[in-house]
Parts: sequence; C-alpha cells; structure tokens
Amino acid sequence: MSLTNEEILHIATLARLRVEPEDLPRYAEQLGSILEYVAKLDELEIDGVTELAHGAGLTNVFRQDTIAPVEADVRHRVIAAFPHREGDLLEVPAVFVDRTE
Amino acid sequence: MDTAIEMARDVREGKRSSEEIVQECLDRIEGGNEKLNALLGTFDDALERARGIDERRTAGEDVGPLGGVPVILKDNMLVKGERCTAGSRILENYDAPYDATVTKRLRAAGAVLIGRSNCDEFAMGSSTENSHYGPTRNPWDTDRVPGGSSGGSAVAVAAGFAPLAFGSDTGGSIRQPASLCGVVGLKPTYGRVSRHGLVALASSLDQIGPFARTVEDAALALEVIQGDDPLDATTVAGADASIPELLERDVKGMRVGVPKEYFLEGMDEDVRRTVMDAIAVYEKAGANIVEISLPNAPYALASYYVVMPSEACSNLGRFDGIRFGYSSEGSTLLETYERSRGEGFGPEVRRRIMLGTFALSKGYADAFYRKALKARTLIKRDFDDAFKDVDVIATPTSPSVAWPIGEKFNDPLAMYLADIYTVSANMATIPGMSIPCGFVNELPVGLQLLGRTFDEYALFRAGAYYQSVTDWHTRTP
Repeated sequence: MSLTNEEILHIATLARLRVEPEDLPRYAEQLGSILEYVAKLDELEIDGVTELAHGAGLTNVFRQDTIAPVEADVRHRVIAAFPHREGDLLEVPAVFVDRTE
Repeated sequence: MDTAIEMARDVREGKRSSEEIVQECLDRIEGGNEKLNALLGTFDDALERARGIDERRTAGEDVGPLGGVPVILKDNMLVKGERCTAGSRILENYDAPYDATVTKRLRAAGAVLIGRSNCDEFAMGSSTENSHYGPTRNPWDTDRVPGGSSGGSAVAVAAGFAPLAFGSDTGGSIRQPASLCGVVGLKPTYGRVSRHGLVALASSLDQIGPFARTVEDAALALEVIQGDDPLDATTVAGADASIPELLERDVKGMRVGVPKEYFLEGMDEDVRRTVMDAIAVYEKAGANIVEISLPNAPYALASYYVVMPSEACSNLGRFDGIRFGYSSEGSTLLETYERSRGEGFGPEVRRRIMLGTFALSKGYADAFYRKALKARTLIKRDFDDAFKDVDVIATPTSPSVAWPIGEKFNDPLAMYLADIYTVSANMATIPGMSIPCGFVNELPVGLQLLGRTFDEYALFRAGAYYQSVTDWHTRTP
C-alpha cells in the first residue's frame, strides 16, 4: 500500500506534526514499505475472533473516587516543569486567536 | 565482578561496605562510559545513599534484599529530582517530579540508584542508535550496536557498571539487547510489574524488567519490583507471590517446546546451531524436547507494528509543547503543537506517530488497528494451546548477532525484523527471558525462554539449570 502526498500531509495534520515538503518522498517510501509488510494480516481468517484487551482477563478495574492529596514537593516540581507559567498557573496560548495579524 | 546477591550478602555480613562497592562501579563508569555511551548520567547522591545503607547496617538494621547494591535505570523511568529524557530532545530539560513505583520499590529494598542509561528515543528502536544523545556501543565490539531499545542497561551490566540494571520491553527491548550483549534479560508477564512512572510507549505491551549476569539475580530483582499497584490499574492483584528459592537446579521431566516457525530457513545458520546446542543441554539433562507449532507466529510482527504505533501515537499526544518538555512557540496554537513536536521528536518517533495515526484514522481503523487486535488474540491462543503440552518454549532471542552501527539505520523495516522472535511474548502478554548461550564470531548469542502467564518460575528454573552447567554467562568483554 502506498500513500499519496495529500494523505501524508493529512495524517501529519491529524498527528500535529510538521512535515516539510522535502521529507514527503521519504515518508512515502518508508511508511509504504511498512504498510506493505503489515498487509500480511490480510491472509488471516479473523471473522468472529474477538479483539484482545488484557492478557490476564482483566476488564474494568473500579475504585472509589476519592481525592488523594499530592505531596507539596511533587506539586512544586510539576509546576516547575511548565514551559510557561504565571505564578503557579500553567499559561497556555489562546485557542481562538490568530497572532499572525 | 560479583553478582547482586553476593554484594548484598557482603554488605549484610559487614565484609564490604556499600560505599566501597558503589565507588568501584562509579570508577568503572568513569573509565568505560566515554567509549560506550551506555549511561547518560550518574546520580550525585549515590555515595551518600550508600553511606546511609552502611550506617543503617552498622546500627543493626535489616537493609533489605538489595541492601547497598548499585543499580542502573533506563532513562525512561522516573527518579525524583533527576533528569529523565527517554532519549529524546523533547525531554532534554525534564526533571522527574516523583519516583516511579519501580524506583520506590528498589529504594525500599535497599538498592542504591547510581545512574540512568541510554536508550532509543521513547524506547523506539532495536539498536539504541535512535537516541538524541548518540548511539550506545556494544562492549564486545564497539563498532557494533548493543541492540535496543534498552541498550544502555544491557551494556551497563555487560561492562560491569552495575550488577543489575532495569529496562522496559515493549517488543523485545530487554531480551534482544541482553542477547546481543551476553547478559540475562527478563520481560515479566504483563501486569506483574507496575508501569507507573515509566514513560509510556505502548501501554498494553510495556513491561519493566531486569538485566543481570545470573538468573538468580534476575529472579531477586523481579521479586523486589513486582506486585500490584493502585497507580497502575493493569497490574494484577495476587500476582506478587514470592518467587521460591532456586535451589532446585533440575530440569528432569520438564517439557521444553521448540516451535518450528522460529527456525526457518534464512536465519543465521550459526545462531541456529548455537541455539540448538543449548536446547540439547536440556535434552541431556532429561527434559523432554517437544516440537510444537505456533501457526500464527509469522503474523506477530505485522500485528505488533500496527498495535504498538497506534498506542504510541496516542500516548505521545501529551507532548504538546504546553504542559512540559520542549516548547517552540508558533503564531497559532496549532503551529505551537506542530513545531514543538516536529522539532522535539526524532525521525523514528515521528515515523511511528504517523503510522499509528494512519492505523487509527477514519476509514482505516477496521482494516488495520482492529484487525491487528484480532490477530493478537490468535497469537495468544497459539501460546495457550502450546502450553497445554509444554512447560517452557525455547527459541533464539534474535535472528542474528550484533550488527555494525549504521547498517540498518536508514531501513526501518529491516530494523523492525530484528524483533521477529521477541514481539510475540508482548502480544501474548507472557513472560520471556534471554540467557547467554554461546558466541558466533566472538559475539554473544541468546537463548529465549518463554513461559505461561505469571509462571516466571519455570523460566528461572530452566535458566538457572542452564547456567549451572555452562559458563557462557561468566565471560566478560
């Protein structure tokens, strides 16, 4: 299976990855060869086979919805890892603003 | 170099101090790491922690089963306050805010964490060439790869930087580098070891496990890190039964399965012969060698290369340039995402994100992702059937010995094929262990032992027997 440039750019947008035009042929070649290999799966009879979820047969694991406090030290370290912050608050760019203007 | 069990005993009996043992390892790292690039950093508090263990011992306290023993962690497990890069540029400046569960359990057992080891970026690779921090080199031949993705941890044990190191195994990332570096590597049953604090690659496949020189050390390490954890809902309660002492070094009557699909034409003939010689050791000891068939084995790698990237692209969604890690600001929010991820992730990570996004995308999810999950059921069924007749399965760990650095770097599919014998265990969630079983052209070969879910003991029994009658594991580069 091979992917067109449009398909690759569409996947890149879905994946939130910037792909430069000069990289398109390499993506087409490498993803194409992997997908060709993966197409082996078409040989399998899989009608009626269920999808594997957990090997030991676990399904849902329920617990009480209780608030567990985070140690102050851990909290400080998480905050320190924010790329941009104002005080203890994570600063994020606005979603509906176009800053190109 | 002493084993972890010997070091712990010496510390407990006051024959040697932990400080002395840790200092020796740090000296070896100082002398050897520049060439091998196995470690990305050592921990400044290692000697202080070692002295703390020595003081507690002097005061008559029980310092734990790994009391005073130096250990190394792959750089995708969190150690509070220490850098954790997962081999990626995107985490170049990331300091772990808390300890992984495995880290906590090692500390509680008295282990002294001394450093963090190099790996393929986000554990994606089979050669440790995909690290943003440069490739790790194989100590048996420094022009060759150590395998991957936990190559740094495998090399650390092979080079004597520590008696124990830990890695993560999603499709072979512990067993394959263990094989290529001539050490023991164990991937436990999925659900036995908590993944809390492990940088996620593929959540239904990832499992943390040890590298060691001896099977006994690997068993002790598993005993320390295993057990259910409220912070990882996929851990299985009751799976943490104590692993019995491995005094019984006997495999008489043990049924060893040899799957015909794992010894096909085209594999390295010398590797094949070396592994068959290892299986003959069991036959000589009175084990029953049974030829078995795993008919869906040829589909395991194809299924894996759909499931793994699908889960990976989802897990890596958290790296957005907003919450933590590398951030490159654009003129719109979308551009910030695309730039941060495009610049922060290396080529293999981007490739797998693209692959996974495609396999999950509208119109393709049924043909790829869901089909792969069904194939996964068939692969697991093969093993369930096989384990009705055998106690362990013996195979090669890797189709070849270590290859020259650069050889497969630009051919992702060729690199993926290096995992052909290891991915099945992750897909079927069963435990697997690689033990050194000989050399081809002075490069180590590994024997892979696979067992029933939660029956790591069978692997330890078979592995410990093998090491009691062979000396491959005592050779050093």
